[in-house]
Amino acid sequence: MRLAESLEIALEAVARHRLRSFLTALGIIIGVFSVITIVAVGAGAQHMMQESFKSFGTNVLWLLPGSHVLGGARISITMSNSLTPEDAEAIAKECPDVIYVSPAAFTGSPVVHGNQNWSTVVNGVGQTFPVVRSWYPAQGAFFTEAEVTMAAKVCVLGRTVATKLFGRDDPVGRTVRLKKVPFRVIGVMAAKGQTGWGQDQDDIVLAPYTTVMKKLSGQTHLAAVSCTAVSASRMKQASEQITALLRRRHRIQPGAEQDFSILSAKDVLAMVDKIYDTLILFLGSVASIALLVGGIGIMNIMLVSVTERIREIGIRLAVGARGRDILLQFLLEALLLSVSGGLLGLLAGVGIAQAIASTLNWPILIDPGSSAIAVLFAAGVGLAFGFLPAWRASRLDPIQALRSE
Amino acid sequence: MSNDVVRVEELRKVYDLGEVQVEALCGVTLSIRRGEFVAVMGASGSGKSTFMNILGCLDRPTSGRYLLEAKDVSTMARDELASIRNTRIGFVFQGFNLLHRMSAVQNVELPMLYGDVPKTERRKRAVESLTAVGLGERQGHHPNQLSGGQQQRVAIARALVNRPAILLADEPTGNLDSRTSVEILELFQRLHRDGATIVMVTHEPDIAEYCSRQIHFRDGELVDDRLNPHVRDAAADLAAMPPAHRRA
Ligand SMILES: Nc1ncnc2c1ncn2[C@@H]1O[C@H](COP(=O)(O)OP(=O)(O)OP(=O)(O)O)[C@@H](O)[C@H]1O
Ligand SMILES: [Mg+2]
Repeated sequence: MRLAESLEIALEAVARHRLRSFLTALGIIIGVFSVITIVAVGAGAQHMMQESFKSFGTNVLWLLPGSHVLGGARISITMSNSLTPEDAEAIAKECPDVIYVSPAAFTGSPVVHGNQNWSTVVNGVGQTFPVVRSWYPAQGAFFTEAEVTMAAKVCVLGRTVATKLFGRDDPVGRTVRLKKVPFRVIGVMAAKGQTGWGQDQDDIVLAPYTTVMKKLSGQTHLAAVSCTAVSASRMKQASEQITALLRRRHRIQPGAEQDFSILSAKDVLAMVDKIYDTLILFLGSVASIALLVGGIGIMNIMLVSVTERIREIGIRLAVGARGRDILLQFLLEALLLSVSGGLLGLLAGVGIAQAIASTLNWPILIDPGSSAIAVLFAAGVGLAFGFLPAWRASRLDPIQALRSE
Repeated sequence: MSNDVVRVEELRKVYDLGEVQVEALCGVTLSIRRGEFVAVMGASGSGKSTFMNILGCLDRPTSGRYLLEAKDVSTMARDELASIRNTRIGFVFQGFNLLHRMSAVQNVELPMLYGDVPKTERRKRAVESLTAVGLGERQGHHPNQLSGGQQQRVAIARALVNRPAILLADEPTGNLDSRTSVEILELFQRLHRDGATIVMVTHEPDIAEYCSRQIHFRDGELVDDRLNPHVRDAAADLAAMPPAHRRA
């Protein structure tokens, strides 16, 4: 018998029991659906991370206190207070391959102007911040090296903060209070908009890190130092120079673990990729289990279907069907169940992923490759689990099949 | 030998039920020539169906030889037997054995589906076959929309559609009333006159009267085999019967 005719028979059998077919395929639907959604959401997140780190520049090194082990997908972070403003100054002076050094200290604080009040993060940064981040004030100016050195009480507002506190008025030259300390507004940063995460990048106050540490947080250590290498190709040398300098400054014995770590955007991206891969592997195995359970469901229903139709099989055998005709008929039926389950899962997955994208403002990447693999895998599951029932049907003895009721 | 459609020698069938062994056929030797219309008779349990199933290649003998059109069928593999059933044998059952999901014409097409006959040819031959059994107008009907006699005609059309060497019928009138039975016999006689070889099991001596040869089984043995000198004419009998309310 030809394939088209076997397919017709299988199609008729699946269509005959619509609800049963749907319930049978449900395991496959859910399996494929979860693969598609998870991969879409995960790939979207990965893409977003990549984009946001790319904007950090390819020649920026992040110096962080404590040790950050990026082994496999394992990140162990030990907090420490090891980075000081003096370290940052030393790097700027002594590392030939580092051109800009921008120390960072953070503190959360309400910004108050008159009766207006807005909670935001105060970023203490160096005067090189605009160059390092390629982000400049749209109004007024950024603070100078002198203002940083003397820990001047000046600040630059993000667009959102400026609007919240001053509306349409020009904030430059006005005074705001951070933790009751009056700061003079000297500039407003250009509007940057949201990150891929949906986070408002303009909801920020920038002040000299020296001022933040001395007047606001009372801390003596830095949260991070961003160091810009002279070029992307000198990253390795810059990193080595910083490491050597800090090991010396922190008096770390050769071979001992250091109390700081250096990350580049590339390192972070590699880490993100690793985390993503591990996540996919884990979720992939969960989805495989769902598909496996779906496969067992198909096998179960196919066994029922064969038992129900033993007499039909007997009639077909009596008029000349060969074992392989019967095998093909039931294999196609199982395949049809699993493939349509796979396609329904795909549709549902794409639909839900899009819904997540639009309601949660989360970027979604539907990966055609993994979608195809999920559907193919579903088909494989159908074939594998449909084989036993189909094989059983094909081995039936004509006369015994005809006698059964 | 050249004219023998069927030749069985020392045909034996033993059902092994574990503790007991039932000998359903104990050494049957017999030939059926082309163009014969044979009635197979005998008490219930005498082995008639067992014999027919082996002739129909639906079952295999425990021992003995079965030559169908001079080919030894007893040693054939499953797939070869399927092909024999498909092209050389037409089998008609007491219970019709139609597929209820399919229309009459689709049921008749079924053997050709497994014989790789192209679609248009399939339909054409199925309609011809249905017309030959007097159901040309009922091709689209499903079995549950047909009377018992009509269903059996569909089954006969299906059995004949691949032009088999032999038509085997196991109590084809067992589920039908007497008038419908004679109608089926009238059809068989017509097919017989056109050259068909038919073997039919029946309990009823009246029905066996329409056949040209009668064989008797008792306890798995062939005990009687004779030609019928006075074959009744089903068409004449039907004409003499009170006309039933018209069906087909
Ligand atoms: N599948 C089977 N397993 C065991 N014994 C069987 C089987 N089929 C038939 N028999 C036995 O073989 C013998 C012959 O049975 P068979 O069906 O050939 O009789 P029959 O002449 O067709 O009877 P009936 O007129 O009632 O249809 C009987 O004794 C029956 O019990
Ligand atoms: Mg019987």
